[in-house]
Amino acid sequence: MAKKVIATTSLAGCFGCHMSILDIDERILDLIELVEFNKSPIDDIKTFTKRVDIGIIEGGCCNSENVEVLKYFRDNCDILISLGECAIMGGLPALRNGIPIEECLQEAYLDGPTVKLNTKKILPNDAELPQLLDNVYPCHEVVKIDYFLPGCPPRADLIWDALVALITGSEMDLPYEVVKFD
Amino acid sequence: MKEKINQIISKYNSDRSRLMDILLDIHDEKGYVDKNDVNQLAKSLGISAAEVKETVSFYHFFSDKPRAKYNIYLNNSITACMRDRSSVKEAFEKACGTTFGHVTEDGMFGLYNTSCIGMNDQGPAAIINDIVFTNLTPYRVSKLIEGLKAGNELRSLIYESNGDGNNADPDMHAMVNNNIRKGSILLNKDYKKFDVIESELAKRSPEDVIQMIEDSDLRGRGGAGFPTGMKWRFGRRVEGDHRVIICNADEGEPGTFKDRVMLTEFPDLVFEGMVIAAFATGADIGLVYLRYEYKYMLKYLNRILSEMREKKFLGQNISGIKDFNFDIRIQLGAGAYVCGEESALIESLEGKRGEPRDKPPFPVEKGYLNYPTIVNNVETLASAVRIIKNGAAWYSQFGTKDSTGTKLLSISGDCKFPGIYEVDWGTSIREVIEMCGAEKVQAIQVGGPSGMLIGPRDFDNLSSSDLMKWYKPSGMMVAEKFFDRKLSYSDLPTGGSMIIFNMERDLLRDVVMNFMEFFIEESCGSCSTCRNLPYIMKMKLEKILNGHGVRKDIDDLLSWGKTIKASRCGLGQTAANPILSSIVNFRHIYEQHVQAMADYDNTFDIVKSVEAANKFVGRKTEFHSN
Ligand SMILES: Cc1cc2nc3c(=O)[nH]c(=O)nc-3n(C[C@H](O)[C@H](O)[C@H](O)COP(=O)(O)O)c2cc1C
Ligand code: SF4
Repeated sequence: MAKKVIATTSLAGCFGCHMSILDIDERILDLIELVEFNKSPIDDIKTFTKRVDIGIIEGGCCNSENVEVLKYFRDNCDILISLGECAIMGGLPALRNGIPIEECLQEAYLDGPTVKLNTKKILPNDAELPQLLDNVYPCHEVVKIDYFLPGCPPRADLIWDALVALITGSEMDLPYEVVKFD
Repeated sequence: MKEKINQIISKYNSDRSRLMDILLDIHDEKGYVDKNDVNQLAKSLGISAAEVKETVSFYHFFSDKPRAKYNIYLNNSITACMRDRSSVKEAFEKACGTTFGHVTEDGMFGLYNTSCIGMNDQGPAAIINDIVFTNLTPYRVSKLIEGLKAGNELRSLIYESNGDGNNADPDMHAMVNNNIRKGSILLNKDYKKFDVIESELAKRSPEDVIQMIEDSDLRGRGGAGFPTGMKWRFGRRVEGDHRVIICNADEGEPGTFKDRVMLTEFPDLVFEGMVIAAFATGADIGLVYLRYEYKYMLKYLNRILSEMREKKFLGQNISGIKDFNFDIRIQLGAGAYVCGEESALIESLEGKRGEPRDKPPFPVEKGYLNYPTIVNNVETLASAVRIIKNGAAWYSQFGTKDSTGTKLLSISGDCKFPGIYEVDWGTSIREVIEMCGAEKVQAIQVGGPSGMLIGPRDFDNLSSSDLMKWYKPSGMMVAEKFFDRKLSYSDLPTGGSMIIFNMERDLLRDVVMNFMEFFIEESCGSCSTCRNLPYIMKMKLEKILNGHGVRKDIDDLLSWGKTIKASRCGLGQTAANPILSSIVNFRHIYEQHVQAMADYDNTFDIVKSVEAANKFVGRKTEFHSN
């Protein structure tokens, strides 16, 4: 069986989900037997070099760059997985969604108690910077997402089980404790 | 005011479990409960301010902000909308000079939306300072507000004369109509009032009474269809210092108004049923939970209870039966559909937020103040009287083998004769349609929003047990976990609401959306499934209706409909039903709306979404395509 190709990225996330991927510990050696990594912070490949089977997305979209990267992934991956709360729901960054973006910027760059040094009242508007979105969007509101792995971060075992199930085409075992609500 | 509130608190012996009454009295006095009142209440009742606040904030008719001199609650049930509610709403806004959700600057008028108030056959209807105004039109609204502005007394502005029957009773004086279209064994004045208390109970043992109810196969008429005899037998068996009979008169399912008519015309039958239940189970405490919307009946109903006390049909040694002590108190709700769910109702009776309890334990084991408690619907209790009077065999001649007796239907929507029909179980939908004079029927909502939307192809082949299945399940649904397994089949829901929609109605945009909004409004918020999914599903439906839907969206709705079943009570478990049943029975409408070719569509627009931030920081919106 040809090795499956995997790519990963972190958008508006904290890299916690990536840490959780690494948390599969020594099984990472087994994983390397099953897959090869393409574009990913894990191997620092910046651009896709071939068609990818499975793309794993951490974090939602808070700026135009996130959207661009996410679309880039969609175009180059057969299957996309939203990994973790931020990718699925927006997560912590989405706490700002109830507040108008103008107020967020006002507080962050002009009024906040920690911005006293910004005496010239500079706002981030350089053309090099990504443009902020009005809300933080979960990935599936921007592109089609095929699978969702919840958790903050999702447990390493869940990630492992899901990848193995996807790669080997077997059904995933989801016991009650994993899907219960309270 | 502080003194006044202290008086109210001592009126209820500083009893924490009477917080509902205390809050209701304070609202009668000053219209709302502010921070100082909350602290005063907390101190006097020995509970935390948070406990008072969470109760105040839960109920629709409580307020923590000053309300107006005239508070106008206009119901937004689907049939009101079908009868041009939007013009009535506009007329109110124009005449009062403010919009819904607000109080006028002079504090004269407050305008509020409210869920179905049990007047589906005479909507749009509004409750203004506890008085019901039915059949509203823009003209009537303008005259009404004109009259109030001119300083006329509110009651004098009831347009026509009083409603029919006991609605005209001096203690009720309501313009509400009964619209009884078809009676049978319940809606029938041909009986001697309190005859069973007076001459039957002394002849029988409690065991006999329970046996008769069991033999009649009577099932709960309030939603879950639970065998009444079995519930009573169970309640009798559980040990307790007191036992409690509760009559559930919360009637919140949109489109249901049969209990209102029962309580208007046959309150004696309902109260007699409670006495019989008390005799059978050994209960000494009786409570009627009356929805706030029916407050106009309170004085009248309390009068009937006093008459019963005078005649020794309530109180000590009822009807001369030694140690048979039982009395009834009516508790008003304060506007919350979920309080119809029996354990939420009990929480509310104890003066708390109406949040359903986890089960088990069931109310029959640990209910009101932890006493064994039997909750029955108005119609169930009234039926029990007829059974004890005329016998189980007599009762089971009506209806079918597996569903005995009759059922009160509340029929509204597109038909010539909306109102109450008492039919035998086993009556087909087609007969119902003919009975109420409905034409060109597109769909019928059976059992309220949480029931099923059915189309013409189903009309003929409906058996009563199918009907039972389609009524809303309720808190009792999980009974099978607890009671004997073989009996759990009978834990099938009943209801009584039928809303008819003709061919001209837009089922999805108008009907299903209205129902979803109802559930979003009425969820108590405990379960993440019930708190979130109805909202998300409604957004999805909106997406479909706006032409952005794809096939997968329909599948998503179906699969989320399964997840929502994990909710604690019947509200959440059935909150997806408007969407699910309309997909099952009217899938073609969904198919017409979704895009045939696309497999993914979203409404995300990157240019639009960066505009606000760019404008604020002073930057041009630019995207380079590469
Ligand atoms: C959300 C919800 C609302 C309910 N509303 C009512 C109601 O208004 N009246 C009623 O009698 N039962 C209602 N029920 C059913 C009650 O929980 C309970 O099953 C019923 O009162 C028992 O009486 P019965 O056995 O005579 O039907 C409701 C259930 C749920 C889940
Ligand atoms: S299902 Fe809904 S209404 Fe019922 S307990 Fe849960 S959140 Fe409350």
